[in-house]
Amino acid sequence: MSANGTTASLIDYERGTIAREIFSSEKIFQEELETIFTRAWLYVGHESQIPQPGDFFMSRMGQEQVIVARDKRSKVHVFLNSCRHRGMRLCSADHGNTSLFTCPYHSWSFTTDGKLFGVPQFKNLYEGCLDRAEWSLVEVAQMEIYKGTIWATWDPNAPPLETYLGDAKLHLDMTLDCRDGREGGSEVLLGVQKWIIPCNWKIAAENFLGDSYHNPSHRSVDLIGIGPSAEYGVKGRRDNELDAAQHLWISFPQGHGVHSAQMPAETSDPETYQNNTVVAEYFREANRLRKERLGTEANRLLPFVGTLYPNTSFHGRQPRNICVWHPQGPEQTEAWRFFLVDADAPQEVKDFLRSYYMRYSGPAGMTEQDDMENWNSATAASRGVIARRYPYNYQQSLGRSTRNGPTPGNTALQMSEENARQYYRRWSDYLSGATWDTLLGMKD
Amino acid sequence: MSDVQTAPKLRHSPDYLALRGEVEEFLYDEAELLDTRDFNGWLDLLEDDIRYFMPITFNVKFGEHGAGERTRVEEDMSWFNEGKWSLTKRVEQILTGVHWAEEPLSRCTRMVTNVQVTHAEDKNGVEELSVRSRLLLYQNRCEYEQTYFPVRRYDTLRRANGALRIAERKIILEQTVLLAKNLTVFF
Ligand code: FES
Ligand SMILES: [Fe+2]
Repeated sequence: MSANGTTASLIDYERGTIAREIFSSEKIFQEELETIFTRAWLYVGHESQIPQPGDFFMSRMGQEQVIVARDKRSKVHVFLNSCRHRGMRLCSADHGNTSLFTCPYHSWSFTTDGKLFGVPQFKNLYEGCLDRAEWSLVEVAQMEIYKGTIWATWDPNAPPLETYLGDAKLHLDMTLDCRDGREGGSEVLLGVQKWIIPCNWKIAAENFLGDSYHNPSHRSVDLIGIGPSAEYGVKGRRDNELDAAQHLWISFPQGHGVHSAQMPAETSDPETYQNNTVVAEYFREANRLRKERLGTEANRLLPFVGTLYPNTSFHGRQPRNICVWHPQGPEQTEAWRFFLVDADAPQEVKDFLRSYYMRYSGPAGMTEQDDMENWNSATAASRGVIARRYPYNYQQSLGRSTRNGPTPGNTALQMSEENARQYYRRWSDYLSGATWDTLLGMKD
Repeated sequence: MSDVQTAPKLRHSPDYLALRGEVEEFLYDEAELLDTRDFNGWLDLLEDDIRYFMPITFNVKFGEHGAGERTRVEEDMSWFNEGKWSLTKRVEQILTGVHWAEEPLSRCTRMVTNVQVTHAEDKNGVEELSVRSRLLLYQNRCEYEQTYFPVRRYDTLRRANGALRIAERKIILEQTVLLAKNLTVFF
């Protein structure tokens, strides 16, 4: 596909149409693994999951398992979870602490910084044949930590993470920074939710890019009310803090897209978290401090959702989490949800948020259950012989975005599918093996 | 939460068998209510202070199973850590008719086995029973979609005015990656 250039015909950026087969073809899926997941920066975990030397967390990059480990000197590494001898899975625990990763097959062992350490009967069998230094664990080409989040790429030529994130970083910041505006300071609650969705990974990624048009599909939770003020009688699935805001759909040259919101210049803070007076007071104070720290103007911007190309999504505020859509086949995605709180929030606040997150997000979450059902049937519809002759429509607000929005990026002030159009435009560049200049949108 | 117990503490006397029989009848009736979608009838079986809990399970290395294999009630993220308010919300949501994950409604069959009463005690005049059981829940959606949930359940049942009600339910699903896209069913 990439060689003969037909990928381009699957995506029509100008017209806003996309061929259905990109959501179901096995061949395209394999190309994605080779051209996207070997190059792009991928989120693999959070520092709070591995605070101590020797701590590790099992993660994924594309279809492959990686160990995210903190070595003896506290440096973080990301290794393929595969023994250099015959490929055995080195570690089968989801997390833990260790000084060595010892292979269960022939017992080669590796240190937490990836060096081949123990080789049974080395003197007799390997002396003079095996140079241990050449057989360290396969480590990613680059790893970076940003405000606690750990990212990795297999491409030594990939630009630094901050360049890769570009102006989308501002919106990731609002997810990772403390609620009171201090930089960073989030932690992941124990219990990453992992589940299998019978859908193509891009359908989930695209939902979080800023597909706000699907709002009506959540009518059932809105009718009954499950938000942080629901017990107090407020309907909806969140507090309505963004009601008065100018919503912003912003796409970025690198393929990222977000839906954020700008509050009116003159506004009093809406009452939120009314189910619990302690939590309500905590957030009232956090809002006050945020305004003080950021200044009135910067404080107006609030995050909602976004997807960082290709498969890392976030929910910025209510609820607050990072989600990774691991590709497991053209019609299978393994979703991982990392739930965030401010590390120094009082326990009562963390407990409150935890319950709210559970009833909102993931397969047991009342809101997202309906998303999963819809993604499932959209994937099935991409498969039919006749169905595949008809492209999907991505024409919403075509040509209505502007570079002169209130924040950097190509911005729509009304609901728009520009984020998705840009995402798939980049997608076809990855599939055709474009250089980083193109992938960063410098040739747009 | 009642935790794993090794063997029934009660003697296998006729009294025990009668008590177990009563508990079995209760759990079968509960399964019937849910299978026939009498969700409000099911809510009536739950005490107002019910704790309904399903942890997330981890792969951990040998020796860490006791403390580290599952997330903890009221402390970590889990699949469910619910009280009656949110369970009632879940029922209300299904009954809106526009909860797409349950529209059309799933078809479910619950098979309840291995019922044992492991402990009985009088708590200030209220009888409390620790009960364990296995549940195999079959869920079918639309045409081809089907999911089996084999779970272990550890319940605390309370007897008020003669009738049993559920005060605690801990549900163990032995999967680290949930092999289902949704958990819209009650266990
Ligand atoms: S496969 Fe790991 S030591 Fe042989
Ligand atoms: Fe949604």
